[in-house]
Amino acid sequence: MRTRGMIKRVMTEMLRDKRTLALMFVAPLLILTLIYFLFQSSGSTTATLAVKNVDSTLQTALKNDNLKLKATTSDDSAKRIIRQHDYAGMLVQKGDKLTLTLANDDQTKATIIKSSLQAAQIKLKTKAAGAALQAQAKAIKQLSTALAAATKAAGITPATPQAGTAQAAGSTTYQTKTHYLYGDKDSTFFDTLLPILMSFIVFFFVFLISGIALLRERTTGTLYRLLATPVRRGEIITGYLTGYGLFAVIQTLLIVVFTMYAFKIQILGSIWLVILINLLLAMLALTMGLFISTFAGSEFQMVQFIPVVVIPQIFFSGIIPVVTMPGWLQAIAHIMPLYYGAGAMSQVVEKGAGLSAIWPDLLVMLAFAAVFLLLNVQTMKKYRQV
Amino acid sequence: MATTIQVTDLNQGYGKTTVLSDINLTVTAGEILALIGPSGAGKTTLVSTIMGMLRPKSGTVRVLDTAVPNRALLAKIGYMAQTDALYTTLTARENLHFFGTMMGVPRAQQDQQMAHAAAVVNLDHDLDKAVADYSGGMKRRLSLAIALLADPPLLILDEPTVGIDPELRQQIWQELHRLADAGKTILLTTHVMEDAEEADELMMIRGGVAIAQGTPAKLLAEYQVPTIEDVFLKAGRVQDAHTRND
Ligand SMILES: Nc1ncnc2c1ncn2[C@@H]1O[C@H](COP(=O)(O)OP(=O)(O)OP(=O)(O)O)[C@@H](O)[C@H]1O
Ligand SMILES: [Mg+2]
Repeated sequence: MRTRGMIKRVMTEMLRDKRTLALMFVAPLLILTLIYFLFQSSGSTTATLAVKNVDSTLQTALKNDNLKLKATTSDDSAKRIIRQHDYAGMLVQKGDKLTLTLANDDQTKATIIKSSLQAAQIKLKTKAAGAALQAQAKAIKQLSTALAAATKAAGITPATPQAGTAQAAGSTTYQTKTHYLYGDKDSTFFDTLLPILMSFIVFFFVFLISGIALLRERTTGTLYRLLATPVRRGEIITGYLTGYGLFAVIQTLLIVVFTMYAFKIQILGSIWLVILINLLLAMLALTMGLFISTFAGSEFQMVQFIPVVVIPQIFFSGIIPVVTMPGWLQAIAHIMPLYYGAGAMSQVVEKGAGLSAIWPDLLVMLAFAAVFLLLNVQTMKKYRQV
Repeated sequence: MATTIQVTDLNQGYGKTTVLSDINLTVTAGEILALIGPSGAGKTTLVSTIMGMLRPKSGTVRVLDTAVPNRALLAKIGYMAQTDALYTTLTARENLHFFGTMMGVPRAQQDQQMAHAAAVVNLDHDLDKAVADYSGGMKRRLSLAIALLADPPLLILDEPTVGIDPELRQQIWQELHRLADAGKTILLTTHVMEDAEEADELMMIRGGVAIAQGTPAKLLAEYQVPTIEDVFLKAGRVQDAHTRND
């Protein structure tokens, strides 16, 4: 009965606070929409490459939708020309030697140029294999040297050019058909980001709002007053947990429905698993928020914990693949609660993983929550010792 | 008569500091005890210790035949804190319901007891207002109503009359006397000498030490002064003389 009273109070207070409600339910949708559009544009980047004295065969081979060529005759240095015209790079041919200079201020554009050069190489090779033209064969050689040099300069290991060898018969043109294991050709970085954001948003809002709510109880004295009744500390925490857990579930549903209808993003796994993950994550955020709030003296100080407690979690939530991190960073990732939550969420949303695949993550989250729960019950002893 | 509160050789403090030393106190059922003392004397500390919010450093506290601290015991204590601790976004009625539930008042009795408690503090017409829109005095009264709500055998009121007008103060005292006559025990703290005169027993605390204790009549006779205020001042001077001699 006391727990029910606690839940009712937490929820009534929340419903009365219109601004917090808006923050919890409208802000995430705005953020998601913004990010969605930000990543939509990434497919249409075009890079401009200045070319000087480059063979026309090579030029034709280089052209594609994402690469524009600009012929130049200027005697200025490549650096100067790139700076002056804001080109992404410059390719100069001198006799049979090609030199590629990349601006490299935008890695997307640099990648476009490098992959276009690789593509051109393949095109020419297949042609060369067919027609056995001496000149083209020479161009290939020049091209691979230039490419190797450029990629080395950029500090990237060159991708082995998939040479269409001489066995490739005559005038065959290759048609690539790509199969996608997850997602489709319209998949953008947003699809990777979405599950991470879904879990992060729930984590962040529950952490902040519940932490501040308990802090307010502490500073206004209601927590002390509450503990002057025969309520159990566990009942207080359970009340908070259920009340905010419910809001987290509503928030999750809202985000899921919104992404499904507004962005037409399919959630491959079970929606129940999505809710379960976020519920666990809310529990974790809540117990963490309540615990951290013990160390804050005011709402402002609670906000000061965000850069320390919340922001680092983003880096380890899968936005940067954790497997590519050095060992000690990977170790840090494993103590970040969001690493498990966002990880499980990505598995379910993108790969349709079932409970059998994500239960270790869920278990770790549960363990985290249990630890913080115990710490909370302990810290409340400061106010009432039984 | 039955002893409600029994404090024996209590020493209390926060961390290493000592706030209360050698407090002995007995309150029997149906008695109103007023703790008087200057600001920082240790009244709130004593009250918190009796409620079991703080564990005694040394000595024992027994309330209603139970050793303190004890969680279940809190259901039998109606508490009014010195600072109003109310949920300001909720209405007064919601606050009363909430604390009623926490005190373990059965749902069926809540409305009836709430009506009574609200009537004592003249809040029956403002119950559906949000507490944020209450005046300071109204908040004080609501806190008192919350303490009365569960109809407990022991009331502990920390400065209940601060911010309350004289007319209402009289009405509240009438209710407190009525409750005491019905066998309830009341412990309150105050700075106001008028409150002290209404009490059955007085305990004067200064610097964490009990400097005078007894019924108002007994104290007036003992110190041979006309008012309670003079008793307090004289007892204070005696205490200062002692500490200087030490
Ligand atoms: N939580 C605490 N931590 C440390 N010291 C405290 C704490 N609460 C009170 N004190 C100290 O204990 C002493 C007694 O405080 P207490 O609140 O009991 O006084 P009081 O008699 O209730 O005063 P007032 O009439 O102003 O309410 C004071 O010196 C105070 O500084
Ligand atoms: Mg006090």
